[in-house]
Amino acid sequence: MENQQKNIQLNSRGQLRHFLSINGLDREILTEILDTADSFIKVGERSVKNVPLLRGRTVTNLFFEPSTRTRTTFELAAKRLSADVLNLDISTSATSKGESLLDTLRNLEAMGSDLFVVRHAASGAAHFIAEQVTPNVAVVNAGDGRHAHPTQAMLDMLTIRRHRGAFENLKVAIVGDILHSRVARSQITALNILGAAEVRVIAPGTLLPSNLEAFDVKIYNQMSEGLKDADVVIMLRLQLERMKGALIPSEREFYQTYGLTKETLSYAKPDAIVMHPGPINRGVEIASSVADGPQSLILNEVSYGIAVRMAILSMTASGQTQTEGLEE
Amino acid sequence: MADSGLRIKNGCLVDPKQGTEQIADLLVSDGKIAAIGAACDQFEATQEIDARGMWVMPGIVDLAAHLPESGYESRGSIRSELAAAAAGGVTTVCCTPDTQPVIDIPAVVKLISGKAGRSGLARVKCIGALTQGLEGSFPSEMYALKQAGCVAVSNLRMPFASNRVLLHCLEYAATHQIAVFLSPVDHTLSNDGCCHEGAVGVRLGLAGVPETAETVAIVTSLLLVEQTGARVHYSQISSARSVELIRQAQQQGLPVTAGVAIHQLLFTESSIDGFNSTFHLQPPLRTEHDRLALIEGVIDGTISAICSDHQPQNVAAKMAPFAATEPGISGLQTLLPLTMALFCEKMPLPAIIDRLTLGPAAIINQADTGLELGCNADLTIFDPEAEEVVDVDSWRSRGLNSPFLGQALKGKVMATFLEGKRVFG
Repeated sequence: MENQQKNIQLNSRGQLRHFLSINGLDREILTEILDTADSFIKVGERSVKNVPLLRGRTVTNLFFEPSTRTRTTFELAAKRLSADVLNLDISTSATSKGESLLDTLRNLEAMGSDLFVVRHAASGAAHFIAEQVTPNVAVVNAGDGRHAHPTQAMLDMLTIRRHRGAFENLKVAIVGDILHSRVARSQITALNILGAAEVRVIAPGTLLPSNLEAFDVKIYNQMSEGLKDADVVIMLRLQLERMKGALIPSEREFYQTYGLTKETLSYAKPDAIVMHPGPINRGVEIASSVADGPQSLILNEVSYGIAVRMAILSMTASGQTQTEGLEE
Repeated sequence: MADSGLRIKNGCLVDPKQGTEQIADLLVSDGKIAAIGAACDQFEATQEIDARGMWVMPGIVDLAAHLPESGYESRGSIRSELAAAAAGGVTTVCCTPDTQPVIDIPAVVKLISGKAGRSGLARVKCIGALTQGLEGSFPSEMYALKQAGCVAVSNLRMPFASNRVLLHCLEYAATHQIAVFLSPVDHTLSNDGCCHEGAVGVRLGLAGVPETAETVAIVTSLLLVEQTGARVHYSQISSARSVELIRQAQQQGLPVTAGVAIHQLLFTESSIDGFNSTFHLQPPLRTEHDRLALIEGVIDGTISAICSDHQPQNVAAKMAPFAATEPGISGLQTLLPLTMALFCEKMPLPAIIDRLTLGPAAIINQADTGLELGCNADLTIFDPEAEEVVDVDSWRSRGLNSPFLGQALKGKVMATFLEGKRVFG
């Protein structure tokens, strides 16, 4: 698949034309995304925040699953690039009438859109859409099932690079529900491609996928061991419905064993940074004193999210334009 | 109904029972094998076929094919799928009970057998439902199903309400001496998974079926086989440990056999990479270690039947995000060349053919299969050297869900005979 994904995500010049998964991308492309995002952060600090890169183009936010943060930042990112934005909340309309994903897609294509930003509950949905859309329409994955959430992973990488510098020296610990997390899968892959010194995951056995070894991570069951000397601590949201699957006995016990408190954070390096993709469950996976504390970058992540999504939207749009040029 | 006096000349007769290959003539009369070798000269042949350079073998017996007509016409019809069987050298097709309505009463057996009989393309044997409606709660009328011609009963991959129901089903099947086909799966462990719970599935974020979903079900049912004496065939196993568990049970003398679908011997979990729904299968494709152990199981005879697990699907069924697609491969037409290509350097030719013919025939007690005098003249003539691109024009199944469409395969079925009547070629 590495090859197939590489082929589908990149045009013949190796430029990004869809952004579906971190898998299949190399360090140069990820670094280019981070560098481009850095330049957009400076734009965001100006009083006039818009640039004309996507003027005249239409970005369609195609959300089959509810989302506030991701959809809003994608919308802001597209508007700052001067694109026309169409927001479609499909979860309550077409699919409930029994229309297949493919038919929904054909209808939206007919309305004319240059970019689809897709969130869907099924793993592989963005990949499927990218295979089916007419050529020269870019697809950006905004989260598919448990598979990938690559723009979230890239904004996390941007946060780490801006606050802790080169990846080569960093030990990064990811804590919580790895099993169901598309964010964790994308983060682990991105950290390994960018050359992090060590990627660790900390979770009870019930929230760890089997065969995680294949991901090139170190696996810990205890916070005291897994957080030791960590430079970066990434907490994952514990989805409360997981309790029904008999995966953990109670929120209280999870907090006692895997909650990030001032005490558990003290196992990490004194200047370790704390991140969380949000929305946070205070008192379930993270204490308020840590979430709002000096080491937390949780709110910075949200504003970096806009810059990263501007970078990815502009790069994929340009990759598609180049593809068009190549084909002509 | 049969032609009389058909002489197949100069072919290499592959006899899985005797374990021999010999160049000789074979004579068919009244739908039966009437003479072999020099004895053919005693008969007058009204028709002759020159099979020089080709193999003449018993027709293939496929223990698992989904024939979609009843209720699912968009995926194909009995006629279209039996045409695929004939083109694949398959002369006996065991139809799984998941038709609509389910094969749990004799009337459905008659309906399917009638349609199959009118097509005249292959012999269809029904597998009855093990529980009423395949719902897993009450044993089906197995005696009546057997009387109507069912060669076995199965619940496919549908769950049993409890182990007690499974126990009673096995006891009742043993009472009426009907074989039970079990597709071992523990539903509390398989958890609606759509792929192997392994490195690839985890990376793709797809819900996985762990190997233990199969092995736990095998261990449980083996203990119940020991208790009941039921004759059980594990159809379509997928893991190395399953092979080992069944091998041990056979060594202990339990009346169990095992089968495997050809695609389990050819592919692994890596095939689903890129969310390739062609390889969405149940049971799922597992690891290279599992694949090699399954091949070893076929070679040492632990697994005595290779089946197609033919599941034709329409195009829309495979066009969705991976987990939402329908599982299965349309496999009847490619079973023989794929099996030959895989095993030709691993085991003697008659032994390979055994796993496709006498091995499965023994599991359904079909005695008149073989290349011996008096056997049904269900014959396949195969050219091992011919190379053919599998294309839509030569594809008979209505299901285009095959990874081999557009690919060149070595070996080609040249002709298929059902009771002496040519049904393909």
